[in-house]
Amino acid sequence: MSNGSKVSTGREPLIRIVKREYNNKLIPGLIRAGALILSIIAGGLFIWAMGFNPFEAYKSIIRGALVGSARDPMSSIRSTIDIFVPLCVTALGLSCAFKMKFWNIGGEGQIIMGGVFATFFALNYPQIPRPLMLLIMLIAGAVGGALMALIPALFKVKFGTNETLFTLMLNYIAIYIVKYLIAGPWQRTPGFASIGKLDKNTYLYEINRQNIGWIAVIIVVLFVYFYLYKTKSGYEVSVVGESQATARYAGMNIRKIIIKTMLISGAICGIVGMIKVSSNHTLTEGIGGGVGFAAITVAWLSQLNPFIIPIVSAIISILQKGSTVMQMNMGISSYAADVLQGIILFCFLGSEFFVRYSLVFNLRIKEAK
Amino acid sequence: MARHHRAISLERGKVLTNTTYAIELKNICKNFGSVAANKNVSLNVKYGEILALLGENGSGKTTLMNMLSGIYHPDSGEIWIDGKHTVINSPKDSFKLKIGMIHQHFKLVDVFTAAENIIMGTEGFVGSSKKAAEKIKEIADGFGFSIDPNKKVYDMSVGEKQTVEIIKVLYRGARILILDEPTAVLTPQETEKLFKVLDNMRKDGCAIIIITHKLNEVMAISDRVTVLRKGETVATVDTKTTDIRKLTELMVGRPVELKIDRPETERSAEPMFFVKDLCVRNEEDVFALKNVSFELYGGEILGVAGVAGSGQRELCETIAGLMQAESGEITYKGENILHKSPAEIIDLGISMSFIPEDRLGMGLVASMDIADNMLLKSYKKSKGLVINRKPSRELAEKLVKRLEIVTPSIKTPVSRLSGGNVQKVLIGREIESNPNILITAYPVRGLDINSSFTIYNLLNEQKAKGVAVLYIGEDLDVILELCDRVMVLCHGEVMGIVDPRKVTKEDIGLMMLGNKLEKEGGAENE
Repeated sequence: MSNGSKVSTGREPLIRIVKREYNNKLIPGLIRAGALILSIIAGGLFIWAMGFNPFEAYKSIIRGALVGSARDPMSSIRSTIDIFVPLCVTALGLSCAFKMKFWNIGGEGQIIMGGVFATFFALNYPQIPRPLMLLIMLIAGAVGGALMALIPALFKVKFGTNETLFTLMLNYIAIYIVKYLIAGPWQRTPGFASIGKLDKNTYLYEINRQNIGWIAVIIVVLFVYFYLYKTKSGYEVSVVGESQATARYAGMNIRKIIIKTMLISGAICGIVGMIKVSSNHTLTEGIGGGVGFAAITVAWLSQLNPFIIPIVSAIISILQKGSTVMQMNMGISSYAADVLQGIILFCFLGSEFFVRYSLVFNLRIKEAK
Repeated sequence: MARHHRAISLERGKVLTNTTYAIELKNICKNFGSVAANKNVSLNVKYGEILALLGENGSGKTTLMNMLSGIYHPDSGEIWIDGKHTVINSPKDSFKLKIGMIHQHFKLVDVFTAAENIIMGTEGFVGSSKKAAEKIKEIADGFGFSIDPNKKVYDMSVGEKQTVEIIKVLYRGARILILDEPTAVLTPQETEKLFKVLDNMRKDGCAIIIITHKLNEVMAISDRVTVLRKGETVATVDTKTTDIRKLTELMVGRPVELKIDRPETERSAEPMFFVKDLCVRNEEDVFALKNVSFELYGGEILGVAGVAGSGQRELCETIAGLMQAESGEITYKGENILHKSPAEIIDLGISMSFIPEDRLGMGLVASMDIADNMLLKSYKKSKGLVINRKPSRELAEKLVKRLEIVTPSIKTPVSRLSGGNVQKVLIGREIESNPNILITAYPVRGLDINSSFTIYNLLNEQKAKGVAVLYIGEDLDVILELCDRVMVLCHGEVMGIVDPRKVTKEDIGLMMLGNKLEKEGGAENE
C-alpha cells in the first residue's frame, strides 16, 4: 500500500479536550489557587489600564479592610466583619436549599421578613429585658424568614411552580412591605420614611465594641454541617437533590423534605435579618442590601461546603470594604471593586472547567513539520 | 452488478483494487483520563463484507467506532479509508467519507415522517420532496426494506425506527455502515429481517461493521470477527472457521460455561403474590397496562418478555408502589397493596426488593459512595435524628468482598464504577434486606458475561431460598434458560404465560408481536 499523502478531510486538531480523572484533591486545589492568582493579576492589569498603580490599589484594599486608624486600629476589621456576617450566614442558609437543588433566589426577601418580624417585637414590646428581647427577636426573625420561604415551597409541592421565579419575585414583595411599614404604620416622625432608632435593649451585645453577630457564623456553620452530613434529614436532602426518582424509590416523602428544608433555609436567612436590625439599631428599606444575591455566588463558589463558605465570604467582604477605602484614598471608583469581583468570579468559575477537563496539545503536528 | 462496480471504483478518480480495504485502522489508541479505552487496536474491513466487532461491555467497541464517525479523535494511530490515510475530525468529515453510523439510541424527530427524517439536513430538504420519495423507494426496494415514507416516527415500532435510521445513512450515500448493537431492541423476527437487509447490502458491495455481544448473531451474519478485550484486539478470525465457544473464550479470556443454570426447586403451594386485572395509565395518560393478571409463587423465577416499552417498566413500578394504578388488585398474603406508597408497603412488613432498570437514576445515588448507597434502604431504621454510618460501611465492605465488586474503596462514588459493579452494589443491597419478593428489571443489561452469570447465580440463590422472583429481560435466550415460567407482554397486555422448556424463541417472538396464546394450546406450567 502506498504511503500516500493525507486526505484533506480535515487537519489534526491542535487542541483537544480530555476529561480528567483523579483521586487526590491536590490538583483541583492547585488549579483553584492558580485561578485566584490569575484573577489578582488580571484585576491588576485592569487597574493599571485605568491609569493607577495596581500594587497601591491592592494595598489600599487590604489596608482598608483590615487596618484601621491609629486611634482605633480595629475599626476597619469591625466594619469588614459587619459585611462578612450577613453574607456568610445567608450563604449557609441558601446552601441547604441548593443542596436539594431547590433554587432559593429569595434570600433577600427572607432576610427582609426576618428583619420585619424582629422589628415588630422591638417596636411594640420595648419593656422586655434585653436578653429575653434578643431571644424573642431571634426567634421572630427565624420565623419570618421561614414563613417567607414556606410560600414558594408549598407552591412547589402542590402545583409544581418554578421556585426560581417565585422566590425572586417574593424579594420585591418583601421590599415593598418594608417600604410600606416604615412610611406607614411604623413611621416615627411624620414626613420621614423611618422608624427611627430602636430601644437600647434591642441592640446586640458587644465584645470589644464588636457586636456578637459573628457567633451566629460559628453556630450556623456547625449546624449546617451537622444537619446536612450527619442527620437522616440531611441524607434525605442529598438524595432528593441528586434524584427525585431515587428518593421516591427509597420511600422518602419528597414534599415533606422540600418543605422542611426550605423552612430551615429561610429561617437561617431570617436570622440574618434580625442580626441586621439589631446591629443597625433600626429597620430600613436597605436592610437586605443585595446580600441575598451575593450569597448565591458565595454558596456556589464554595461548592456548598459549609467550611469553605466562611472563607469565600471573607474574601468577598474584604474586597467590598477595602474598595470603599480604595475609592477614598486613590479616587478609583468603588465600582471598580465590582469589576474585580467579576474577574474573580470569572476566573473561579472558569477554573472549574480545568478541574474537570484538561487540554491536550497535539505535538504530532510539530513532529510532522 | 453495476452498483458493485461503482462501489469499488470509488470517487476521486482513483481506481481501487479488490484488495484495498474500505476501512483500515492501525494501532489506534484512545485514553480517557488514565483509562485506556483502546490500546493499539487494528482492524480492517473490505467492501462486500460484514465484519462483526465482538467484545464485552467496556471493551472499547463503541469508542472505536465513534472515532470512525468523528465523535472522538484517536490519541495515536492511523485511520485509512479507501486506502488513504485520513483524519476524521467531525461527523461531517465521516459523512463525506461515506461512512454511516447507526447508533444504539435513535436520533430521529418524533413528529416528522420517515421521509422528512431521512432527507432532513440534506440539500434537497427544501425543494423536491417527490424526488426524495422516489429515491427512498429505490433504496428500500433495492435492499428489501419495507417502509412507509409518510408514517410519523411516533407511530413506529422500534424496528421501523431502525429502518429509518439505516435508510437515512444510505440516502446520504453511505457505503460503509457501522451498526452499534442493532438487535438489542428487536424481536427475533425483526432481527431476521434486518439480517436479510444487511445481506443484500453486502451483496451490493457495502462494507459493514456490526457491533454486538450476541454470539449467535455473529455466527449468523458475519464474514469475519474481530474480538476486542479490555481495549485491545485479541484476534480476527474467519466466521467459518470458528464457533461460539471459541469466540467466548477469546472475548472473556478464558473458557466459560455458557449454560445458564435452572435449578429445580420446590415452589410454594400457594401463590405468594397475585396481580389481578391491573390497569395503569402512564405519564401520557395512555394505558400502559391493560387487565394484567398473573400469580407469582415463592421459589420461582417468572420471566417477563416483550418488546421494549410494552409496559414492563410500569408493571414493576406499580408493584413497587411508585406508580398509581387505575384499577385492579395487587395482593400479597391477602393484603391489597395497590395504592400504597413504598413507605406504607414497608410498614406492612412486606419485604419487597426492586432492582429498577435505571440503576443510577433510581436505584442508587450516583454521586454517593457505596456505603452511603447502602443507607438508602436502612437509614430510616436507625433511631434518633443522627445517622449511624457504621452498619452501612460494614455492609458495604461485606458486599465488596462477597460479590467481588471492583472499586478503589467503599468511599468511591458509584458513578465511577463500571456497569457490572454498579449492578452488584444495587442487587447486593436489595438481597441483603432478605426480600420475599424480588423484582428485577433488565438486571444484566450492559453487563459482561462474567457479571451476568454472577447475577443469574444470585437470582437462583434467592429462588432456592423461596423468594418469588420477577425477571424482566430482553435477551430471549436468557429468559428461556433461566426462568421457570415466562409471561409475554405486548402493548401492555398479557399475551400468555408459557413454559420455557416447551416453547421456542420464535413462539415467544410471535407473542411479543401481539399473537395471543390460544387457551387450549397453552403451555402453562403445572
